[in-house]
Amino acid sequence: MSLSSRHLLGLYGVPKDDIQLILDTATTFREVLERPIKKVPTLQGKTIVNLFYENSTRTRISFELAQKRLSADTINFTTSTSSTKKGETFKDTVRNIEAMKVDMIVVRHQSAGVPQFLTRITKANIINAGDGLHEHPTQALLDMYSIREKFGELKGLNVCIVGDIAHSRVAMSNIFGLKTMGANVSVCGPSTMIPMGIESLGVKVINNIDKAIAENDVLNVLRIQLERDAGRRIPSTREYHNYFGITSERIEKNNKNIVILHPGPINRGVELSSEVADGPYQIILDQVTNGVAIRMAVLYLLGTMVN
Amino acid sequence: MKIILKQVILFNPYQNLNEKNDLLIENGIIKKIGNISTDEFNSAKVFDFENKYCVPGLFDMHVHLREPGREDEETVETGSNAAAAGGFTGVACMPNTNPAIDSAEIVRYIKEKSSNHLVDVYPIGAATLDRKGEALSPMYELFEAGAVAFSDDGNAIKTAAILRHVMEYSKMFDAPIIEHCEDESLANGAMNEGLTSTILGLPAIPKIAEDLIVMRDIMMAEFTGARVHIAHISSKNSVELVRQAKKKNIKVTAEVTPHHFTLTEEALKNYDTNFKMSPPLRTREDVDAIIEGLKDGTIDCIASDHAPHSIEEKEMEFIFAPNGIIGLETQLGLALTELVHKKHLNFSQLIEKLSINPRKILNLPIPLIKENEKANLTIIDPDLIWTVDVSKFKSKSKNSPFDKRILKGKSLAVINKGKMFFEDKFFDIM
Repeated sequence: MSLSSRHLLGLYGVPKDDIQLILDTATTFREVLERPIKKVPTLQGKTIVNLFYENSTRTRISFELAQKRLSADTINFTTSTSSTKKGETFKDTVRNIEAMKVDMIVVRHQSAGVPQFLTRITKANIINAGDGLHEHPTQALLDMYSIREKFGELKGLNVCIVGDIAHSRVAMSNIFGLKTMGANVSVCGPSTMIPMGIESLGVKVINNIDKAIAENDVLNVLRIQLERDAGRRIPSTREYHNYFGITSERIEKNNKNIVILHPGPINRGVELSSEVADGPYQIILDQVTNGVAIRMAVLYLLGTMVN
Repeated sequence: MKIILKQVILFNPYQNLNEKNDLLIENGIIKKIGNISTDEFNSAKVFDFENKYCVPGLFDMHVHLREPGREDEETVETGSNAAAAGGFTGVACMPNTNPAIDSAEIVRYIKEKSSNHLVDVYPIGAATLDRKGEALSPMYELFEAGAVAFSDDGNAIKTAAILRHVMEYSKMFDAPIIEHCEDESLANGAMNEGLTSTILGLPAIPKIAEDLIVMRDIMMAEFTGARVHIAHISSKNSVELVRQAKKKNIKVTAEVTPHHFTLTEEALKNYDTNFKMSPPLRTREDVDAIIEGLKDGTIDCIASDHAPHSIEEKEMEFIFAPNGIIGLETQLGLALTELVHKKHLNFSQLIEKLSINPRKILNLPIPLIKENEKANLTIIDPDLIWTVDVSKFKSKSKNSPFDKRILKGKSLAVINKGKMFFEDKFFDIM
């Protein structure tokens, strides 16, 4: 079995079999992570560059750890777009890195489309670690993996994504992936944060958080990113918390079987109360562990493909 | 020097002219139509354009020539070469140069640069100083130096207050105000807003960003009695606003670019920055409304918004790449392919929109195909099938989304100011 594409640019249009294969492969690596010696020689001799043009701690560390567990050689290139904007062009930077003979590039960038652009200018396998407001496929895969771990399967599950959907690549990748796997997907958030045309993707829009909790098996709660324009779409984080924050009272009133996911980092007291963030309904730290397994699976499947 | 265009179809809707005949041009002046003697044939250079169309020289009222300031992207000369190659004998160039065309010296500088070229270049003056939207440019002085219209193109004129004064002032010399209609506070994006932008994850611009300014400008034109010209109209509602305004006899005209009647936002799916423009590509329903607007005369003319950008600037991360594409050398082919061959417009309507109407809007004389008139002509083969090849473009820049596209219809030659461009070469016919 192998994937149908030699890059992971997003989950839009990715066939069900590919997602299934990644999730199943991750199960194997998840077991490896429980062993006393957590390293396998699978990608020995492969060189991977983590090209991060945007701040990231957890995603980069998760990828790096996954690469080390697979015995690949890794290089980190971390910079902010503002510092490169006036100097060397992005294309020149990439060409230089490629000249050092790299096999794979994991890229994060504030502009949507950069992973696609990379496939045109290099021969390496490209993995999207988040591009603009577009996609963050490994995050959605680890979310789906964590949900599947909890429920056994994704088909028929009711999953609601809560928060600033219009400015979330995590939301978009989740929507595409979950829909493909047969889940019923809805979104919930202030109407200023719901993107145009979302219903045409077969996604239900819920404006009331109590209703969202009551009607769903899973809530995937997004971080309210004040640094990303959210400040102009809601009056305050206080008002957001009052109308859309997940609290123990709301859960207990509406649905005690709910499972809460959060991609992190959490704004405690904004999208989740501290009680919920540490409470019995959430699987946030499982997501983090599963993230390493998912990234190992993706790196392995792409890294061992015959081009 | 005498040249003869043999058995061309002389075609000028402005004169109700449509006849097949020989045309004798002597020293740049049309000397004879028909009745040309054998002696004259023997002493002239004869071009066999049998059954090709000879029309009044095409005119593009919206180009960016980048001089002064970005001569690495285009100059008055290379832009004029591109115009000639695309079938145009006249262009009006936008003032978003560096410095902006907001002084008589710069108007004269551009006119001087183009004085020996086949193509007539008419500068458009900045409406406000440095296009900042704060203070009126010396509009009267610019007009006297040769500016034919005023615009802060790249942006709409910033506030209603300054727009009012620009419009009132322009009435003294009947120059149109050309508006790039986008509300700045809504236009911080890289593509049209809708399902496609949601899927592509690009920051988006809603159509209403255009519609609001079109509405503001129409109302201000009605209030002041001035003339407003809507540049590169792109949304369905804006077309309807112009249609209704014309019914009320408000002095409004409008243009559309070939990319806005040919392409939709779907083209952005590969994040190719050659499809990034301002206003952005819209949806099928907008393209249909634009074609309807072209048919019923709501949209007066076609203009390229020729916007050269260097390769390194365009080959960039999508959100950082500049807006705009070059269009002079594909405009006629796209208009024929998409509008005439698809039977939306007839050839006569096309010539009105590519030659006659832009000159009317700018108060410029319309070239006549008549004895003793100056020869200002474009020869068109509407059925010639050709493939766009940006590497052969005369423009200094190559940022076209239409490379490798197959088009039907092309200019074969242009004649103006005692010069001719034919088979990739300029030569004197004086």
